[in-house]
Amino acid sequence: MPQIAQLTADNWYLASQLFWLLVVFAGIYVVIGRGMLPKIEATVDARDRKVADDLAAAKAAHAAADNLEESYRQQSDASRAAAQKAVADAKDKAAKDAEKRLAKIDAELGEKLAAAEAEVAAARKSAMAEIESVAAEAASELVAKLSGAKVATADAKAAVKAVLHG
Amino acid sequence: MAAESGKIDPMHQFEVTPLGGGFNLGGHEVLFTNSALWMVIAAVALGIFMWGGMRRQLVPGRWQAAVEGFTGFISSMMMANIGTEGRKYTPYVFSLFMFILFCNLLGMLPLGVLGVHPFTVTSHIAITGVLALLSFSIVLVVGFWRHGLHFFSLFVPHGTPLPMIPFIAVIEFISFMIRPFSLGLRLFVAMTAGHVLLKVLSGFVINGFNADNIVIGSVVSVLSFTLMIGISALELLVAGIQAYVFALLTSLYINDAVNLH
Repeated sequence: MPQIAQLTADNWYLASQLFWLLVVFAGIYVVIGRGMLPKIEATVDARDRKVADDLAAAKAAHAAADNLEESYRQQSDASRAAAQKAVADAKDKAAKDAEKRLAKIDAELGEKLAAAEAEVAAARKSAMAEIESVAAEAASELVAKLSGAKVATADAKAAVKAVLHG
Repeated sequence: MAAESGKIDPMHQFEVTPLGGGFNLGGHEVLFTNSALWMVIAAVALGIFMWGGMRRQLVPGRWQAAVEGFTGFISSMMMANIGTEGRKYTPYVFSLFMFILFCNLLGMLPLGVLGVHPFTVTSHIAITGVLALLSFSIVLVVGFWRHGLHFFSLFVPHGTPLPMIPFIAVIEFISFMIRPFSLGLRLFVAMTAGHVLLKVLSGFVINGFNADNIVIGSVVSVLSFTLMIGISALELLVAGIQAYVFALLTSLYINDAVNLH
């Protein structure tokens, strides 16, 4: 077995094997292990970092979009509420104005009505007074024609008043 | 393979032959052998493979994704077993894993068809033993560097009852000292056994067709060949698993040294 044979003292190739193993393995360690491996690992690390960064950026953008949407919704809610309030105010004001105007017109109409009533009352009073004096005159003339007695105007008036007013 | 008088030697594939380029190093003659050649081929193939993953694109292509799959595999293993401090040892464990994996796989290449006989570097206990000792030395150096004499508390697990400590400590010490042997032997034995088995079966295939009784011989050959296909697939799996086990155990041992228990 050549593998065991080389462990004996007078073997010629053990030294060559060990020498070349050390040379080759040292070469691999220095060139590949120390030289190439860190660069490849750096590439992988850089890629991992980039992926993680990109994911974080995407997450941040997503959150920002959510915030934006939220604020947009709040704004639109607020403006809708403001619009509704404005409409309600306008309605309120219009109703109040209408009420005020109605009240004013009502009051004017009332005044006119009162004035007209007063006029009517005055007219009736004066008409009444005229009727009284005419009736008194007629009564005194009737009395004078029938009996020839002169009735004082004031007496006639009192008598007419008594008859008229019951 | 030495096919002398119909006999096929399954151990011939493990023989080291000089290819020249000798020089003297401290009284030992160092030659460039087929073993060294296949180590260099593994290193070059690994270098080419890694070079293809150095494009450093944000969106990796297939090759880059494959290389990053390997590096990510080892670095996540180090992270899981040792923690953030494991990154320091990733270059060593990665080199170890890839070197063993490429040696295992290159030894499996069916280049014998073309007359080139691949040499499985990891089927030599001298190689796997040195790699295991290297890992073991790193564990010792890191352990004593970080924890000083407190590193010996590794031999006394938490919660050991006082009267049990001497026994437990002896058992833990023995199991600790056995680590480099089991680490190196496991890989060496798995590779050697697999290649011997394949070589024996291929011997059956050749000798079956050359047999005097051609009918029985053909049946044996065809069955052996079918079995070889399955075992070759299994050996590819073993090549990956053994490299993984070596790297995994190394990382676990380094974890002992870094974090104690």
